[in-house]
Amino acid sequence: MPLSKDVAAGLADIVGAGSVLTKPEDIIPYSFDGTAALRQMPSAVVFPHTTEDVARCVKFAVAQSVPIVTRGSGTGLSGGSVPSSGSVVLCLVQMNRILDIDPKNLVLRTQPGVTTLAIDEAASRHGLFYPPDPGSMRISSIGGNVAENSGGLRGLKYGVTRDYVMALEVVMPDGRVTRFGSACVKDVAGYSMKDLFIGSEGSLGVITEILLKLVPRPLARQTMLALYDRIEDAAETVSAIIAARIIPCTLEFLDQMTATCVEDFAHVGLPTDCAAVLLMETDGHPAAVADEAAQMASIARAKGAREVRLAKNEAEALALAAARRNAFSALARRRPTTILEDFTVPRSELAKMVTFIAETARAANLQIGTFGHMGDGNLHPTFLTDERDNDEMTRVHHALDRIAKKTLELGGTITGEHGVGLAKKEWLRQQMGDNSFEVMKQIKRALDPAGLLNPGKIFD
Amino acid sequence: MAGVTLRTIDYAVLQQCMHCGMCLPTCPTYDQTKHERNSPRGRIALMRAVADGVLDVSHEFAEEMSYCLGCLACQTACPAGVNYAELFETARSDIERQNAHHGIARQVWRALTLGFLFMHPEALRLTGRLLGFYQRSGLEAFVRRTGITRLLPAGLRRLEPQTPRLAPRFSNSLIPSRQTPSGPTRYRVALLTGCVQDLVFPEVNRDTADVLLANGCVVDTPPVQPCCGSLHAHNGDLKHARVLARRMIDLLPPDRYDAIITNAGGCGSHLRRYAPLLHDDSAYRERAVVWDRKLRDIQEWLIELGCRAPETSPFDEPTTVTYHESCHLVHGQKISREPRALLRLLPAVSLVELPESTWCCGSAGVYAITQPEQAERLLSRKTANIVGTRTEWVATANPGCHLQIARGLDAAGAGIQVVHPVSLLARAYRREQRPSA
Repeated sequence: MPLSKDVAAGLADIVGAGSVLTKPEDIIPYSFDGTAALRQMPSAVVFPHTTEDVARCVKFAVAQSVPIVTRGSGTGLSGGSVPSSGSVVLCLVQMNRILDIDPKNLVLRTQPGVTTLAIDEAASRHGLFYPPDPGSMRISSIGGNVAENSGGLRGLKYGVTRDYVMALEVVMPDGRVTRFGSACVKDVAGYSMKDLFIGSEGSLGVITEILLKLVPRPLARQTMLALYDRIEDAAETVSAIIAARIIPCTLEFLDQMTATCVEDFAHVGLPTDCAAVLLMETDGHPAAVADEAAQMASIARAKGAREVRLAKNEAEALALAAARRNAFSALARRRPTTILEDFTVPRSELAKMVTFIAETARAANLQIGTFGHMGDGNLHPTFLTDERDNDEMTRVHHALDRIAKKTLELGGTITGEHGVGLAKKEWLRQQMGDNSFEVMKQIKRALDPAGLLNPGKIFD
Repeated sequence: MAGVTLRTIDYAVLQQCMHCGMCLPTCPTYDQTKHERNSPRGRIALMRAVADGVLDVSHEFAEEMSYCLGCLACQTACPAGVNYAELFETARSDIERQNAHHGIARQVWRALTLGFLFMHPEALRLTGRLLGFYQRSGLEAFVRRTGITRLLPAGLRRLEPQTPRLAPRFSNSLIPSRQTPSGPTRYRVALLTGCVQDLVFPEVNRDTADVLLANGCVVDTPPVQPCCGSLHAHNGDLKHARVLARRMIDLLPPDRYDAIITNAGGCGSHLRRYAPLLHDDSAYRERAVVWDRKLRDIQEWLIELGCRAPETSPFDEPTTVTYHESCHLVHGQKISREPRALLRLLPAVSLVELPESTWCCGSAGVYAITQPEQAERLLSRKTANIVGTRTEWVATANPGCHLQIARGLDAAGAGIQVVHPVSLLARAYRREQRPSA
């Protein structure tokens, strides 16, 4: 649906004509995000530069009944920033300044368009650390991370984006500018409103400024690889490490298919001949790191690891982690379409889940590569398929449905860190139950009565 | 791939892009505008829209493909292994076939350069000699003094002072068609002299031959060589690119050599992909496969054969050098370690890492002519990074980068000189033979 000339002109009045895109060549590249097989053209793309710009754009669009889809770098993996039909995309990548770092209070204030990597680099210049590290951190925007409550490889020890958000500035659907939270470590004044917006996937408001908590940068780290001939042994190693009261920062699992694809791309020395690889990392005080690394290595061997390799230096450790972050994209080497899932179960159920996924794929004659944050119980089974093959896509969908139901049966969740977006909404009601689901929708209706903010995402 | 268009290309090549966005931070044009269409995944989305029949090969589409540097940084960054080079050349070929750029003047220039000059090496050298005479005879200085250049159209007026200084003698006067090493012969190689390298930096070709000889190679250097066709392929003229590839293979049958050597990053990136280019040509297909297997960048070849470390420094004093990576060497050919390894062989020369060494300098073939503003921005960024290293020399292995960076450093008054790594090596070997001062 093309945008009326008046609406385009009204938006151009607010942000300037150069910051409104409507030509097909300009907006076709905004008809998707990082999610496979989801496409919808927007009617325009707008680049605000300030909170004031955002507030005026939102107010104007809502008055014209034009839907708004907020977007950062478009790396989302559940279709959260895929345009809704007829929508204007509010692209925040030009709001890309870090406003302030306060090393005394360990906080950083930033606009939403800054990349996750740039946040951590800025923190690092003060000996500080911003731990959440989603796979796309080199390009993902911090605003998108907050809106999706992104996780990453360090979730086990350091938690996820939510654990680092202290305050938010949010433009409401009626254009009001609000601020929730503060720079105080303790703050129980009123409802914890900021938490409502973290992970709200652009459906309740537009996040225009973020106050982030930083932590001291760990002095040492040790990265290692454990290689297994049986996937179950890798899962048992993870359980045994946690049972031994060790909380490593990373316990990543890659199956043979994933390890092979990653090695094809990154050439970092990942083995391609074993059933499972665990990428493990511990960080902190050098003495604690040395002790924990030794314990983890011996647990891995006791649980049947064929070999445990320690990274020789920082460069090798960084290369391994960077290679792992590319796992999802590297899997795309095998087949034209790569459908990534994000099922998460309590850690005690991991072995069952891994086995069920493998069996389901075999029964449906589908190719799956599985990797994920085993320490968090968060798995990314990835279907390697072809969206043009209708028969195969039907089988993929059927297999997904089976895995989703099994996840719920095991007390798990349909998404650990990617969000519901478009891709997972069919299972949300089932996971939440009718009452909880309705309460959530009531909140949406209360804040966005016209339903113009990211319509059709999370729920219909 | 004869006659392949975006509508007929294997759709899986387009689908290979799963739009994860990992390419975005490495793309110099996206970095500039933060607009998706100026990024690799945005451009691939436009190509896919053309393939799907929802977008025409429009003027805007042509403009976008012209804005792309073709630096291939995205190909290095892409975990999914997208063959951007193939998509990009196909898109540019579609654009030319459908004349989506419009403009008669452009057509005439293309016919004159791609269709004539770069198809006929003797004519190219004649043009080079005339231009060289014009520059050296004082005629150029006179013309500039008259102010007559002000009558040129704005685009040409800006470019006129950028015309490279042509060498007085070209490679064929400097290098005999066969040279044998003074020591034992280990390998037999063919040396490609290039076009720009031949006309502007023939001494780099001489240096390359010297270094090969010093490392036990018999060097065949045919005095007249065709253009490799990279200019053509890169600018959407795949038909002439194939003609030139066949001529090259005819001139230098690859089974006669241990290696076929190029010293220009831009040429090498194209030269080592003759097999896909001639895939549908049954008469040449097999020889093209052998050709690709034998093709080596000089630096890669030297490291492979175990380059002899010179005993003498190329300089009188301890000297610092930094290294700028030609896009088509690092991204197109994945050669990054070897030039540094060669520079580290030089006694009393210390290598200082260049920040953003893999970021394009803006030369990118004819980019400085087609996209002058973006080319200038990239050059300023590159110049600032080089100046920041506080080195005395910057080494780089592609004539386009060489010219561009020299111009940038010159304008900045930096007093830093540009050199091919192999020239430093040749200079060091030469100084071994002199009694030390």
